[in-house]
Amino acid sequence: MATLTEKMPLIATDAALDRAISERIDRLFDQRLEAKLAELKAAKTPSMTIIATKGTLDWGYPPFILASTAAALGWDVSMFFTFYGLELLKKDLRKLKVSPLGNPAMPMKMPMGPAWFKSIQWNIPNAVQSVIPAYEAFATKMMKKTIKKSGVADLGELRGLCIEAGVNLIACQMTVDLFGYKHSDFIPEVKDYVGAATFLPMAKDADVSLFI
Amino acid sequence: MDFDKELDARGLSCPLPILKTKKSLNELTSGQVLKVVATDPGSIKDMQAFATQTGNPLLSTTEENKTYVFFLRKK
Repeated sequence: MATLTEKMPLIATDAALDRAISERIDRLFDQRLEAKLAELKAAKTPSMTIIATKGTLDWGYPPFILASTAAALGWDVSMFFTFYGLELLKKDLRKLKVSPLGNPAMPMKMPMGPAWFKSIQWNIPNAVQSVIPAYEAFATKMMKKTIKKSGVADLGELRGLCIEAGVNLIACQMTVDLFGYKHSDFIPEVKDYVGAATFLPMAKDADVSLFI
Repeated sequence: MDFDKELDARGLSCPLPILKTKKSLNELTSGQVLKVVATDPGSIKDMQAFATQTGNPLLSTTEENKTYVFFLRKK
């Protein structure tokens, strides 16, 4: 009996000590975690992955604009080109077209003439567009003129800037086979021809991941 | 303001002024100053964001007749 009473204060002290230690550790942990997370965030190079799936002149711009800008900000960027997006890796980008047909949000304006003329919206119904010969070629020519006049980069120039900045260009091998392309159809800067299983783990670790 | 290199980005649209600024900064050494002249109105906000993101301080931004002049110091 005497022994038990002697031990009682000791047990109570141990429990109190444990509690005190635990509280202290929690406090320190919270403080250090915050500092550590801020440190990790500052040291980490941001990264972005883009899946490019469209191959018209208008849809070619967003992926290359975002990729080149992110690279200029010092981010690691990888682009995965699949389906019609493969067109953006072809050697000659000048063949890309834009179609106003079935593209109702596309403004149809003339790049030349006085301001009042340039501001006219040429509403031409799809049924009419589809029967005018070389309508697409004409629209593409007009779009290219507008792009040049407003100081927007040529798509090939933008792609070149991406390559220069170290953006990883990755092509979907499945689509290459599906459309009967050869690797020699594409620019030599294509880093790899892979499948979704290779690209997805890259996207998983990226801070920004876009499907365009 | 004294500067070591000047970039003429007049007439260029987003994102070219930023991309060319980045390229020009690459040619400078730490502490040197780059002057950028641009006409793209979006470049005011974009240059600020670029400076913050890349850690190259934007020393000043001025506007005159729709022409924007930026001074950046290479970190």
